[in-house]
Amino acid sequence: MGSIIKSTDDDVMAFLGKASEAKSEAVKVNTKKSDETRARTAPAKIKITSRNINFFYGDSQALFNNSLELQEGKVTAIIGPSGCGKSTHLRILNRIFELYREQRVEGEVLLDGKNILEKSMDVLELRKRVGMIFQKPTPFPMSVFDNVAYGLKMHYKVGRKELQDRVEEALKGAALWDEVKDKLRKPGMALSGGQQQRLCIARAIAVEPEVLLMDEPTSAIDPVATSRIEELVESFKNKYTVAIVTHNMQQAARISDVTAFFYKGEIIEVGDTREFFTNPKNKQTEDYITGRFG
Amino acid sequence: MVDWADTEESGGRLMTAMKVRNPIGRKLLDRTVKGLSVGASFLGIFFLAWILMEVTNRGIAAINWDFFTELPAPPGEDSVGLSSAIVGTLLMTVLAMVIGVPIGVLSGVYLSEVARGTRLANGIRFCINVLMGVPSIIVGLFVYSILVLPMGQFSGLAGAVSLAVIMLPVIARTTDDMLILVPNALRESALALGTPKWKVTYDVVLRAAKTGMITGVLLAIARVSGETAPLLFTSLNSVYMPEGLLAPTSNLTVTIFNYAMSPYADWQQMAWGASLLIMVSVLGVTIFARAAFKERVK
Repeated sequence: MGSIIKSTDDDVMAFLGKASEAKSEAVKVNTKKSDETRARTAPAKIKITSRNINFFYGDSQALFNNSLELQEGKVTAIIGPSGCGKSTHLRILNRIFELYREQRVEGEVLLDGKNILEKSMDVLELRKRVGMIFQKPTPFPMSVFDNVAYGLKMHYKVGRKELQDRVEEALKGAALWDEVKDKLRKPGMALSGGQQQRLCIARAIAVEPEVLLMDEPTSAIDPVATSRIEELVESFKNKYTVAIVTHNMQQAARISDVTAFFYKGEIIEVGDTREFFTNPKNKQTEDYITGRFG
Repeated sequence: MVDWADTEESGGRLMTAMKVRNPIGRKLLDRTVKGLSVGASFLGIFFLAWILMEVTNRGIAAINWDFFTELPAPPGEDSVGLSSAIVGTLLMTVLAMVIGVPIGVLSGVYLSEVARGTRLANGIRFCINVLMGVPSIIVGLFVYSILVLPMGQFSGLAGAVSLAVIMLPVIARTTDDMLILVPNALRESALALGTPKWKVTYDVVLRAAKTGMITGVLLAIARVSGETAPLLFTSLNSVYMPEGLLAPTSNLTVTIFNYAMSPYADWQQMAWGASLLIMVSVLGVTIFARAAFKERVK
């Protein structure tokens, strides 16, 4: 029995080793920039605070008294087994769940101190500030250019030239520009799956959000495309507040600053990612990250 | 019989030898079912081919330049055509589209995008299904009583309205079906950008479902272009070129009905010609719709 635990713990250490390797490599690219901004944002400011969230799908409750803080400019990974409420939590933060009339939330979510769940909150403005990337890439049925320009044109008054520049900038920000600069008039659907997902990221960052919610953004695409998106998320640090739901613990370990573990609709543990994976405080967390269940 | 097969192969477990079923019965049944279904489909195709051939053979002789350009004439005259009926049918079909397509599409949008999942939407969807099943002659009688009687005369307008009533549920239903096929992920990602709901529907959802909806509209047009019964009570028929739609309006289907019942060989000939024209048009629209739909699936 003891030996089994030991070996799984060794595994955790092994994958964390790999993860931090990958991480340090990815970070190298913008180390300089990160150092500068880190100094500026030294005491972590809280961008979003969720307090005492209860969430219901019709009569069945999916989240129980959730409280979670997202630090500004950091990447927070949300992990946990299927059906534990990870995505549900994310979908409250931009009120996208309201599309379905049987879904209901209680509690409060403060974005820069203002409760976004209040009726008076302008949902369109909220969603401009809090962008979202979904599990499956969902390019709109229009050209690559128009996909990125769509939200931009809706929220900002821009001239033709500026629009073109902004679209280019967004596509560069999503590391897609070089691949699509000659295909801007082609339909977004014509791109590969990984490219489509980066197109959706470009579309989201084009409206200059403050927060990016990513709901398993790499679960429907291949490993190479996945690593490109992970690099992107790294590059988003200090620029956007990112919350990323993932099934993949290695991914959480590689790209996040903070990790939250959800289980059966409750938040079991939240902590600094390195600390979280190397020295989990909760038994359930430890069982989950060592692969004993979930 | 129990066989204690304590051998290496069975791993020493208890094995019972099962009696094997004779597969001949199953194979025979398989072949019979296959044969029956192939036969049934060929029978259907056979009748379709027969109709196509018969109508083509008999109708082709009536089709010439005059058929499209000349007005109908009394039996026995050389130069006869159905230009007024062709124009009348086109006019009424176009007007029916102008009335039926926007209402149908908007109803579909309401069912799928605005009120999805509500009791009201389910109730309306049920009513639409019922409306689709209403015999066209009853639609004709209905429009007769609400338009023809109050206006005091048969009119192309009443004809177009009755065709629109027949189109409406078909288009509403197709729109509803097509919009429901659009994945919610697409709606969510548009909403997540801060797009207002109407704009999501207009820019993203309708655009994603466009080809399927066009197909639905085309099939609805194909369907009404062959309707006769509702026109008998509404537009009636006329031998003159339509001048507006407030008088009895010439059309192909009622003309077929009248000419085919007449004792004159040349009129009967014209009826076959008109049948061929309608058939080819419907076939053309259907094939075009199919081709468009295929493109969407790709």
